[in-house]
Amino acid sequence: MIIIGERINGMFKDIAKAIRDKDSAVIQDWARKQEQNGARYLDINVGPGAADPVAAMKWLVEVTQEVTDLPLCLDSTKYDAIEAGLKICKRPAMINSVPAEAPKMERVFSMAAEYGAEVICLAMNEEGIPKDAESRVALAMELVATADAFGVPIDSLYIDPLVLPCNVAQDHGPEVLETLRQIKLISDPPPKTVVGLSNVSQGTKNRELINRTFAVMAMANGLDAAIADACDDELMAAVATARILLNMDIYCDSYIDVFKKG
Amino acid sequence: MAVEILKEKYRSKVGEVVLGATKEQGGTRSHTITVGGESALPFLHFEGAIPNRPVIALEIYDMVPEDWHPCLEKYYGDVYADPAAWAKKCVDEYGADLVQVRLRSADPDVKDSSPEDCAATVKKVLEAVGVPLIVIGCGKAEKDNLIYPVVAEAAAGENLLLGVAELENYKAITSACMAHQHNIIAQSPIDINICKQLNILIAEMSTAMAGRIVIDPTIAALGYGIEYTYSIMERARIGALQGDKMLAMPMIGNIGHEVWRTKEANTSTEEAPGWGEQEERAILWEATTAMAYLQAGMDILVMRHPRAAALIRKNIDELMQDNSY
Repeated sequence: MIIIGERINGMFKDIAKAIRDKDSAVIQDWARKQEQNGARYLDINVGPGAADPVAAMKWLVEVTQEVTDLPLCLDSTKYDAIEAGLKICKRPAMINSVPAEAPKMERVFSMAAEYGAEVICLAMNEEGIPKDAESRVALAMELVATADAFGVPIDSLYIDPLVLPCNVAQDHGPEVLETLRQIKLISDPPPKTVVGLSNVSQGTKNRELINRTFAVMAMANGLDAAIADACDDELMAAVATARILLNMDIYCDSYIDVFKKG
Repeated sequence: MAVEILKEKYRSKVGEVVLGATKEQGGTRSHTITVGGESALPFLHFEGAIPNRPVIALEIYDMVPEDWHPCLEKYYGDVYADPAAWAKKCVDEYGADLVQVRLRSADPDVKDSSPEDCAATVKKVLEAVGVPLIVIGCGKAEKDNLIYPVVAEAAAGENLLLGVAELENYKAITSACMAHQHNIIAQSPIDINICKQLNILIAEMSTAMAGRIVIDPTIAALGYGIEYTYSIMERARIGALQGDKMLAMPMIGNIGHEVWRTKEANTSTEEAPGWGEQEERAILWEATTAMAYLQAGMDILVMRHPRAAALIRKNIDELMQDNSY
């Protein structure tokens, strides 16, 4: 499993302020820190408060690319902002995200095909997030079939079964894990999977412990990627260790450092 | 409907290591040799590129070898006492791509030659042949650590392949290679975890050295655990192709050294008539061992008998023919 660093997001106050003040040092500092600690993609989200999301996205992509070669995960509900970012990304990017809703799929998948982008696909539609695994998988299939019709390769899709906070929707946890398992059966090659990891611990105490415990459980169920806090050392160590135990990396004494360095 | 043939797709490849340096590059070699660079499993040309052919080094000692089988005397006996002439014969008569000099005389229990003597021998061999050189110590860490800096300095610019670094003893040789820009052999005891760890430790001393490592997984001869080395090499190579940078190095093996210790190579025809003639048997033992390691991904084969080397050269010619479709 790989980590998509979550920290360049306008939901964080320091990032929102940096966007307002055009203070590239703050953004670049977080880009470097996340990369050094093992992030393999960087999520880029202008946040809800940005006055001009298109301009803010372009600026974030530009200043981030000045200090890192990592691919970017362009995170917005405003597709014009995503497209503006895709146009200037130096490496194939990831689009975050699209739900199983026809007009949105049409817009996002045609954009993905045009720019060779990967896509995070949310297992939800106009009716919201399903409660059980079967309904999540049904939406995943709809997303996969639509992407295929638009010529987007299936292995460039990341299905997000959508994790809810464990203190609010505890019964969703096992359903998400079951969804991760079943998604690997819906096509060959199968789509990849991703979760927004920090969601699972929203509003709880012991956030980091809950995050890393769930990360390891999800990995054992086939999870390919997580949008997460790459600067959480215990999380990164747990992920590196799970990769060893799942025989994804060859063991050596320095395996945690090796995972971080990529 | 056309049948789509499934091919394995790998996301990474083995790094290339260049051995030797020409005059323009600061050395005195007539040419350089590049090893590694594979982006598919051995000789599966249809799944990726095998850009550099595996190469054969013939091994020499810096003294008359007291432990070599008498059947080798007719090939090397006239030059045993002169490493420069020996190296030249390996290249000119037996077609060696490379020569490996083992500084056996430096062993405190053999002749205890000084580091300066060792450096002088290496210089003489460099003058005698144009091919890139592999130089390895006597095998006693304490003494080898005194030899590495002196030899590395004397051969500065020649881009040697110097060995061997081990988990318990890698700093002196790595420093010597860093200071004088040589390549390094990283040897691990048939253990992939130690193999990877040692590469990491060398790379931590110098990022540039990471691209100058050749892995010696420690090999066994046919009949003496060849399958253990084979599976370690196979796992390392698959790891490399799947993106494990700390295993993405070319590999070397001392095939002659191992094979000529076996009873199958050494037992006389009289002692074991049912095994066939001793020299033919030994040649085939060495060649068969080498063939197996070619299939496991070995890039540099260090061999001893010139006829075994000739068989392997022919085998490499055949294996390097494009079989892509």
